[in-house]
Amino acid sequence: MSDMKKNNRIKKSVIYIILAIMVVIMMLPFVWMLLTAVKTNQEAISVDPFYIFPHDGWHWENFVKVWKNYNFLTLYLNTLVMIALRVLCAVLTATMAGYAFGRLKFPGKKILFALVLIQMMIPAQIFIIPQYIMVSKLGWMNSALGLLFPGMVTAFGTYLLKTSYQSLPRDLEEAAKIDGCNIGQTFLFVMLPLTRSGMISLGIFTALFAFKDLMWPMIVCTNANTTTLSAGLAKMQGQYGSDYPSMMAAAVLAVIPMIVIYIIFQKQFVEGIATSGGKL
Amino acid sequence: MGIVKKKMGMTVARKKEAIWGLAFVAPTMLGLLILNFYPMVNTVYQSFCKTGDFGKGNVFVGLSNYKAVAMDPTTWQALWNTVKYALIEVPFGVAISMLLAVFLQQKIIGKSFFRTIFFLPMVCAPAAVAMVWKWLYNQQFGLLNNMFHSNTAWISNPKIAWISVGIIGVWSIIGYNMVLFIGGLQEIPRDYYEAAQIDGATGIRQFLHVTIPLLSPTTFFIVQTRIIGALTIFDLMFMVMDKTNLALNKTQSIVYLFYTYAFTNGNRGYGAAIVMILVAFIMVITFLLQKTEKRFVFYN
Repeated sequence: MSDMKKNNRIKKSVIYIILAIMVVIMMLPFVWMLLTAVKTNQEAISVDPFYIFPHDGWHWENFVKVWKNYNFLTLYLNTLVMIALRVLCAVLTATMAGYAFGRLKFPGKKILFALVLIQMMIPAQIFIIPQYIMVSKLGWMNSALGLLFPGMVTAFGTYLLKTSYQSLPRDLEEAAKIDGCNIGQTFLFVMLPLTRSGMISLGIFTALFAFKDLMWPMIVCTNANTTTLSAGLAKMQGQYGSDYPSMMAAAVLAVIPMIVIYIIFQKQFVEGIATSGGKL
Repeated sequence: MGIVKKKMGMTVARKKEAIWGLAFVAPTMLGLLILNFYPMVNTVYQSFCKTGDFGKGNVFVGLSNYKAVAMDPTTWQALWNTVKYALIEVPFGVAISMLLAVFLQQKIIGKSFFRTIFFLPMVCAPAAVAMVWKWLYNQQFGLLNNMFHSNTAWISNPKIAWISVGIIGVWSIIGYNMVLFIGGLQEIPRDYYEAAQIDGATGIRQFLHVTIPLLSPTTFFIVQTRIIGALTIFDLMFMVMDKTNLALNKTQSIVYLFYTYAFTNGNRGYGAAIVMILVAFIMVITFLLQKTEKRFVFYN
């Protein structure tokens, strides 16, 4: 018995050691980003054994400088508007379509749902060139509508919410019907509130995807004042790539909001990703 | 009479249901048609065309884009680079995250702390992640070369740049895979482990004979989505590999090449042909994966 206990202790220690090493590996880039962001460029590029901590004072003003020079307020707002529009559109359209596919009978249902599944299987790169041409013809280049464009509807979200609606019990609808609700009312007042977790999953998924997207904002927002954080970083790197503290300060500013939101809504994030499990 | 009336009532109700159903799917279906299905057909069409300005004045040129794409060794190099990237990201990303998920299933302190840390890269924009890693990899001033007292050209030596980018990919995806694995592990009934314990199987043997087979549907799902994800990698490559990077040709992914042709150079016909090759490649891989599913996945 004591042998087993000893074994167990060794096993646990090995696990803790491996986990600790992983924590160091995962945190190192973040720590180095933050430490570089508050150094002077002189200090950042001093090869001398390597200063871990800035010993020339912590230059928090680097953040202020970057914030002003690169118009971070505009970048934040653009990103926020893009995320808000995409989440709103995706959740709205996918909830309706998900309910219809999950609960209602109508002609052409099978074929239409097959189209949803086909869209999910096809790599998105095949859509981009014509989408770009459409946006430029509509005159939506460098605008919030242009950023929203490919995210107006979502096949993946439709699929996700269809499965949420399918998992609800049948008697709910029957009861609503007896109470005199029509289908629209049943959907809005009885069924929709029950798929909250599915809607939250889709919302988080959509927000993360929009926040991380790089190629589309680069294509439709060529102007530095209309673009998002991701594409803005790409522009900065191209122009000021060797001012390392500024680059790192910009990277910190770009990742901080989502990290804070993630830490607050951690449970929803993790559950949302685990249940949507899709393609990110 | 009563029966007939009831029947008619049913049909009215059915009609109403059909109208509601069609109205509810209409926005999504219309959107998919305009945003996805028309573009899909249009991309195929454009791949046979020489591009005029703003998509106008497309001249049908038959297979000449495909010929040009196929004759250019850069295309095949980029496709091979993408496969090499996937060969790092998928196996390492899956193996490490599976191990971490199993560890976090044990009775240990600080589970949620570890999970939070490992998942962190997932909520960061790849553009920012790539910038930080590029700085870590910096040949003259980077932390890695300073730590190891080396002078490695992590991202500009064509022989190792693909590995360096692959490492960033693994670092970025571990937390995401891990969360999916934890979900899969929670679905394995506890009795299996108890039965294994009675049979004297502990630790590694339990992992090999209980966890791996019962987790295989999750593993297969993750492997499949990650392969497709890795084959369409763009952000990391674009941010890490400058246009002037010496290792660009030996590292850039196929989607990067597509972006360069279609948007930097504005040659959309050529870009469309590259996309078609990528799509065909992914379709073949997906088909092969489906074929092998039965062999690798253990269904209860």
